[in-house]
Amino acid sequence: MAKKLKKVDVVVVGSGWAGGVVSAELAKAGYQVVTLERGKKQDRRDYIGVKDELRYTNRYEMMQNLSPETITSRVNIEDTALPVRTRAEMMAGTDLGGGSVHWAGATYRWRPIDFELRSKTIERYGKEKIPEGMTIQDWGITYDEMEPYYDKWEKTAGTSGEPDPLGDKRSNDYPNPPMLASPAVKLFKETTKRMGYHPYQVASGNLSQAYTNPDGEKLNACMFCSYCTMYGCDFTAKSDPLATVIPTARKTGNCEIRTNSLVRRVLHKDGKATGVLFTDTRTGIEYEQPADVVVLGAFSFTNNRLLMLSEIGTQYDPTTRKGTIGRNFNGQFNITFLGARGYFEKKKFNLYMGAGALGGAMSDFAGDNFDHSNLDFINGGGIEMRQYGDGAISTNHVPRGTPKWGPEFKKNSIHYANRSLVVWYTPAVMSWWHNYVDLDPTYKDEYGDPLLRITNRYTDQDRNIAKFGIEKCSEIMKEMGADIIDEDEVPEEFDHIYSGGHYAGGIIMGADPETSAVNNYLQMWEMDNLFVVGGSAFPQFGGHHPTSTIGALAYRAAEGVEKYLKEGGPLVEAKQATLNA
Amino acid sequence: MTEPRQPEDTQKGMSRRNFMKNTGLLAGGLVGGSLFGGLLTNQLQKPGAPTNTGKEDNHLLEARTFFSNAEDFLILSAATERLFPKDDLGPGAIELGVPYFIDRQLAGEWGMNAKEYMKGPFLQTGATDPYENQVDSTQDQGPNAETQVPTPAFRYQTPMTRGDIFMEGVHALEQTAQEKFETNFRNLEPEQQDEILQMFDEGKGKVNGVASTTFFNLLLQTTIEGAYADPVYGGNRDMEGWRMKEFPGPRMSYTADIEKEDFIVMKPESLRNYQGH
Repeated sequence: MAKKLKKVDVVVVGSGWAGGVVSAELAKAGYQVVTLERGKKQDRRDYIGVKDELRYTNRYEMMQNLSPETITSRVNIEDTALPVRTRAEMMAGTDLGGGSVHWAGATYRWRPIDFELRSKTIERYGKEKIPEGMTIQDWGITYDEMEPYYDKWEKTAGTSGEPDPLGDKRSNDYPNPPMLASPAVKLFKETTKRMGYHPYQVASGNLSQAYTNPDGEKLNACMFCSYCTMYGCDFTAKSDPLATVIPTARKTGNCEIRTNSLVRRVLHKDGKATGVLFTDTRTGIEYEQPADVVVLGAFSFTNNRLLMLSEIGTQYDPTTRKGTIGRNFNGQFNITFLGARGYFEKKKFNLYMGAGALGGAMSDFAGDNFDHSNLDFINGGGIEMRQYGDGAISTNHVPRGTPKWGPEFKKNSIHYANRSLVVWYTPAVMSWWHNYVDLDPTYKDEYGDPLLRITNRYTDQDRNIAKFGIEKCSEIMKEMGADIIDEDEVPEEFDHIYSGGHYAGGIIMGADPETSAVNNYLQMWEMDNLFVVGGSAFPQFGGHHPTSTIGALAYRAAEGVEKYLKEGGPLVEAKQATLNA
Repeated sequence: MTEPRQPEDTQKGMSRRNFMKNTGLLAGGLVGGSLFGGLLTNQLQKPGAPTNTGKEDNHLLEARTFFSNAEDFLILSAATERLFPKDDLGPGAIELGVPYFIDRQLAGEWGMNAKEYMKGPFLQTGATDPYENQVDSTQDQGPNAETQVPTPAFRYQTPMTRGDIFMEGVHALEQTAQEKFETNFRNLEPEQQDEILQMFDEGKGKVNGVASTTFFNLLLQTTIEGAYADPVYGGNRDMEGWRMKEFPGPRMSYTADIEKEDFIVMKPESLRNYQGH
């Protein structure tokens, strides 16, 4: 029998950008909040003095321990899914602050077309441009409506950047100027400008100067130490929840953050959530935390799985194409971030210096910024050149044709260690009837609960947009003066490697309860005191990195929760949309 | 800060490396297995043996804690040296301590798959074969291209731990040497060792439980990691791997240098130094 705790106004599951923002906002508004994080507690001090590539990058120190629980994966709906067993195959962040602590910091808003993708595509190209089986849809919210939330999150995060010349309407500039540009970043920007494109410095969560955010949290200027992506920042110079929303929530005195608390069920009765059931992973003791509102702000996989295990909503069934829970799984996998790697004989770059989001970018081939009439795909993506700061283990790229071991490998890997740059494309990813999530029939976690099963396959859309991006990146690399250019190869099929953390969908937003699980306040259509926040809400994936959209959605959801606590009831009126019309 | 001196050990003559050279291990010469094993064991029991770089680093850490059979460790060592050979650029895998790095990795949580999902059933459906044998580098492009060793991540579907896979793999190298050349793997000519390693790379070797490519890729991954990981893990001895690559090790700040056009070579510093010892 679970030990019952004192009822609070709001219980939040997860402490990354999604759960963290919601916790901070509601605690600031005076509500009693309990935030539950499955991982351990941590703060900046845990990252001082441990700049260790093997431990964090190659052994995935900050990623979920998969021994108790992982996902299973398959390509086709008739296949048997197999567990994704190692962290080399599946990385998802954990511990206080979640995946938002190890992120690189690349900060992009998504575009107006992303939020109205279906209707805008039909408007410009006609209905036949959307292939049968592609289940893209509008979000039930527009870019203009999202703008204030993006603005708010950028101010919390201290985003450092310059405007995208092809960007969309903004109410304010970024709160901080862009980072210093390294010679490699300058080379990318100067080259693409000369080619007639519109480059800009990647807006970064690595701060360009000391900054105090509107909540009074102080961040420092990034020092380009390069231990950034896959690491926690030792200098409070990266926009992350440990530096911002978690201390903000704590100092209100209204938010209790409990770590090592694994939520296993959302409890509900008569169509209302009553709280959550969680286990203290250190003691094994089960607790019930009652609350007026339950917010799932965990990783997209966890948000999906918790609803399924709790039997809330109707599971999506690909054979009938009905049901909303688990629908439209999407994400940026290994068919994205493809481009061209260039090797320079006469130039040597200080590649061991850098920062997660130090880079140049351009949006000339993003969204609908270019005409798709004669192209065999829809949407687009950003083109980027990043200088993450390389470790010694990671810099072992050699021109194609070099053996991958032995004397020639050694010679070339050392020669090119500081002579290779990558330009890549970050395309949008569309959703399809056959890509979805449900519970696995065979594999279980350590409590005997079924694992989440991912069914995901690539389509011509994915392969064609990747091919297009590779060609563009290769042209840029040639102009940048690379002596050897290796173009990436487009994979034929999904290889079950979940790298990069950009996996989304399943509990998607929309205007119509037939095709969406949550409304534009991230409130469940079927249970109005349950909000599900995060990448799980993306109906399809935009053509840039996702973090600021998750941050913006979290501010939107926080507003919704507050509204619900005051007024009750559904916050948005359901519309019967035209998806299958 | 300097290392504590251990004068009684520095007097004892031949270093492990010189010993290996003298006994012909590095040259692939012939040494009687049992005799060699015995000598090597004796030699390794002497702590703090000096290295030929003249530094007095404490090599107390250099002892086997995973490979119980010295012969297996020597096969592993010989294989890593072929993947990352000594040349005029600098030391190879053995001099860098890579075999000890691998030994320690296998003895720890990574080698025991402590943080991996190891619950059954382990299906032998053939569904995993294409992933095990894939030759394209999934870590060489895409989201992980800038962070991971460019060897493919395979679809792990075996109840064997990485430690088990290495053990089977090393035995398979030896078995193949016996079948093909009727002698020990570590006593083969370098070209013959390469021939066997090439077979394993291409999936043409026979390893119990996994494709030979799977073992080979793990071997290559850990060899590269051992050459370049912080010396605290037992490889990259004296930071010689970093020196070859002109990699400075962990630093607090590059703000003053990030805009500079010229390449800057810094004297490497290790984690131990960075943590203030």
